[in-house]
Amino acid sequence: MSKTTAPVQRRTKLSCSEIWKLYGPNADRPAASRDEVESRAANGRCFAALSDVSLDIGEGEIFVVMGLSGSGKSTLLRCLAQLVEPTFGNVELDGRSLTRMGQAELREVRRHDMGMVFQHFGLLPHLTVAGNVALPLKIRGEKAESRDHAVATALELTGLAAMADRLPAQLSGGQQQRVGLARALAVGPGLLFLDEPFSALDPLIRRELQDELIRLQAGLHKTMVFVTHDFSEAVRVGDRVAIMKDGRLRQVGTPEDIVRQPADDYVRNFVAGVDLTRVIRCATAARPASRSDYAHAVSGQGRLSDAAETLMAAGGGPIAVQGEDGSLIGEIDLHAVLAAVSGKSLAGEPA
Amino acid sequence: MTRFRPRAIWLLLPAAVAALWIAQQFSWATRFPKAWELPVAKTVSKSAAVVTDNLSWLTRLFATAIEVPMTLVVALLSEGGALTLGGFALDLPPLSWSGLALAVVWLGWRTGGPGLALLQALGCAYLLFFGQWSAAMLTLASVVIAVPFALGAGVVLGIVAWRMPRLDRWLVTPVLDLMQTVPAFAYLVPTLVLFGFGPVSALIATVIFALPPMARVTTLALSRLPGAITDLAAMMGCTRGQALWRVLLPAAMPMLLVGLNQTVMMTLNMVIIASMIGAGGLGFDVLLALRQLDIGRGLEAGAAIVVLAIMLDRQGRVLASGWSRGQAVSRRRGLGLVLVLGALLGTTLLGQIHAPLRAFPESWQVTTGSTMDSLVAWLNVNFFDTIEAVRVFLLMNLMNPIRIALASAPWLGVMTIVAMLGWVLGGWRLAVLGLGVGGFCLVTGLWDETMTTIYLCLTAAILSVSLGVPLGIAGHRWPRFGKLLTLAVELLQTMPSFVYLIPVVMLLRVGDVSAMIAIVAFAVTPVIRYTMAAFEAVPPALTEAGTVMGCTSGQMLRHVQLPVALPTILLGINQCFLFSLAMVVITALVGTRDLGQKVYIALTKADVGSGLVAGLCLGLVGILVDRLFRAAAARIAPQEPSSHA
Ligand SMILES: Nc1ncnc2c1ncn2[C@@H]1O[C@H](COP(=O)(O)OP(=O)(O)OP(=O)(O)O)[C@@H](O)[C@H]1O
Ligand SMILES: [Mg+2]
Repeated sequence: MSKTTAPVQRRTKLSCSEIWKLYGPNADRPAASRDEVESRAANGRCFAALSDVSLDIGEGEIFVVMGLSGSGKSTLLRCLAQLVEPTFGNVELDGRSLTRMGQAELREVRRHDMGMVFQHFGLLPHLTVAGNVALPLKIRGEKAESRDHAVATALELTGLAAMADRLPAQLSGGQQQRVGLARALAVGPGLLFLDEPFSALDPLIRRELQDELIRLQAGLHKTMVFVTHDFSEAVRVGDRVAIMKDGRLRQVGTPEDIVRQPADDYVRNFVAGVDLTRVIRCATAARPASRSDYAHAVSGQGRLSDAAETLMAAGGGPIAVQGEDGSLIGEIDLHAVLAAVSGKSLAGEPA
Repeated sequence: MTRFRPRAIWLLLPAAVAALWIAQQFSWATRFPKAWELPVAKTVSKSAAVVTDNLSWLTRLFATAIEVPMTLVVALLSEGGALTLGGFALDLPPLSWSGLALAVVWLGWRTGGPGLALLQALGCAYLLFFGQWSAAMLTLASVVIAVPFALGAGVVLGIVAWRMPRLDRWLVTPVLDLMQTVPAFAYLVPTLVLFGFGPVSALIATVIFALPPMARVTTLALSRLPGAITDLAAMMGCTRGQALWRVLLPAAMPMLLVGLNQTVMMTLNMVIIASMIGAGGLGFDVLLALRQLDIGRGLEAGAAIVVLAIMLDRQGRVLASGWSRGQAVSRRRGLGLVLVLGALLGTTLLGQIHAPLRAFPESWQVTTGSTMDSLVAWLNVNFFDTIEAVRVFLLMNLMNPIRIALASAPWLGVMTIVAMLGWVLGGWRLAVLGLGVGGFCLVTGLWDETMTTIYLCLTAAILSVSLGVPLGIAGHRWPRFGKLLTLAVELLQTMPSFVYLIPVVMLLRVGDVSAMIAIVAFAVTPVIRYTMAAFEAVPPALTEAGTVMGCTSGQMLRHVQLPVALPTILLGINQCFLFSLAMVVITALVGTRDLGQKVYIALTKADVGSGLVAGLCLGLVGILVDRLFRAAAARIAPQEPSSHA
């Protein structure tokens, strides 16, 4: 096996096992057994939007779901959030089954531990920014004082403090989605669902909000399920990426895993043309250190593209790759970068 | 997807011929035998009597419950009066005209700026100077009371229909369809029997009449909400009630407000009609003037109805669009509101000592009544021959032939044709509907009246189409004319249907021609509107293609624009037919002999059975016509070329 960045061991926050979602006649009826759902999916009258999907999503992880239009990304997200009931299978949050939970209990979980951000914002036009952010808190019956405090905090976090009294119609798309984000964060949920949150924005604003999300996540450590169809977005924000096709998972892994070892031709096509220097981390490309002292150093977590400038400054020569604690992991030079990008021979793995 | 049945058309002809042949051989096939009729009306009357006897405590309770807010509003807006609550008797003075007018103008200013304020001020001035103020306020009072009831009931019904799609499909939608096509008069009959002659009956009939659009709009608005909003409600952990009241309904508000405006206008329309069962107000004045042939007064009161309608409509529209632009949250209106309320109270109290503040001084009022009288007299003297010639021409060349053809057509033949038409256009369901509707008219013994109704509607539709389609096309061709036309159509549509009768009757006296012209004036508006919209919607790419091919404008019209616009125009004609049906009932007042007259007679005799049955006939015919037209429009609509494989 190849060497990859050491997977961070996380507690499982959200998991699903063998979930199926059928659409079509009689599809609302849940299936009693796996055999039943398989035969119903196979008989041709039902359409399987999700087939046999199992996932474990760790605490504090941004888990990205990718795929072409109609591949079932939204369906997966909505099954995880219980907005649609899977035809078969189980979804667990913190070890409690959401699928078997009663309505009242599910409502409590949603009021305290879930937030959602929508592609087209889903703001209520008659409420101000502050009113929109306060709404979920009002719904769960929070007292005015703690509510105001929570709203102020959420607005501060998302840089909206100055716009609290504006109406959604008076905001730009990017600002509106910040409100959506603030609203989802206001209840202090552990788990966020984001269905193509930035797809409706133009490229510059999209990047700005991606950076914002990364910045927020560094302080908040939420668990996020993030749907996108833009691989560069997945790479920027995602800790792990799942690639779907026709309702099935084709591959789940870190962005690096996926670009370096696509599971099949579909995934290979999917990631073809991706700028690898923005995906592969320095630690992955590093060779064992050949000395103990370097004039230049980069972080192992950084992408190769981040190291370009330092490499140039060092004349292309070997520079140190450091771990998060400043320890020496290895070294890279121009050759190592080229090798990593060409995918022919990676450090520690002779061609 | 199209299930076109070319063979069905070949079946149509022989079947119709066969039916006609049978009809000529046997008299029972020409005229429906009396012995086959069922005593539907009698049965309904009897059961209604039973219901009335057993439910009188309920209706009385209901009536009392409504009476209190009603007296309050009527007292405040128009006449003043004593409100008795328990042991208390509260003597209420009417709010002063000066304060009310100020409040109306202020509201116009706040919400719509100087333009609306000016309009409202002019409207108030008309009502005051022409001595229509107190009647208008009485009418307004009925509207003010009926609207909340209609809104509340409409919204609740709409929510129920939205929650339970199956109930909606099988019960709510058909009932609403019927409620909208059964003429308003028909509601009056049972309410009259249940609640007696008076304002409460009028109010209830009004509410029933104005409720369907609100219910429809509510269901539509809720089901059209973006998925994100419903998901949001679920993800915030809303209970059902929270989801509805805190998230869904507020988000649907812009559309609901459009419904509100419609409800207000329909309420006004019905209030005018309901004046006849004792609500009083402008409608009553017009009716009285019509009966006494007091032309000047009738026109003035009629104009007051139009003025009131325009004032309500403009204000309503501005409020609705203001909300959707988010202005509803402006908080700086507190001071103005306090001032205006203060003025209202102040002038009312001062009015107790200083009479001109309370009631608009008579000496300031003007009337054009005598001028109008002499104008009409002059018209009648000088143009009698012309008018008469037009009247006779219409009668001889258009109306009588159609009337005679329909009246003498054998029922079996008509039924066959209707069923075949239904089958060709929309399959067996539509055929069954056609047979059902025809059968109902037959067994209730209302066949002749139904045919008279159809004759009136048909002639009106023919005239409306031959007038409206060219007008619509012209409006599209010359945008400036189109703007004028749109304005005129909007004005015509805000007017309560009753108003149309006034000028016609004054010039042409009572009779079929007057009725027809009133119907055309009312029913031509949808034809114009739909035609213009249809032409506007022709994709520019198509007309450009036509230009490039070198079409003359006539060729363009014939080969490009008309074919594309036709389905929409057909829907306009459908609306035109439905409008005509609604108006036919009202023209019963000027002595036509159709189903409307039946309802009207039943109304005066408080005969529930005949009233309901005749009303139902009208409603069913309306629904059948609607379904037939829709099926036809769907049939001729060109299939969209599919853009993807
Ligand atoms: N309510 C529904 N009824 C029937 N089919 C549905 C329904 N919702 C989704 N589908 C089908 O399920 C499949 C997956 O849909 P889904 O919305 O999950 O796709 P997606 O990956 O999110 O696509 P996109 O990128 O366009 O949002 C699609 O083929 C869709 O047609
Ligand atoms: Mg989607």
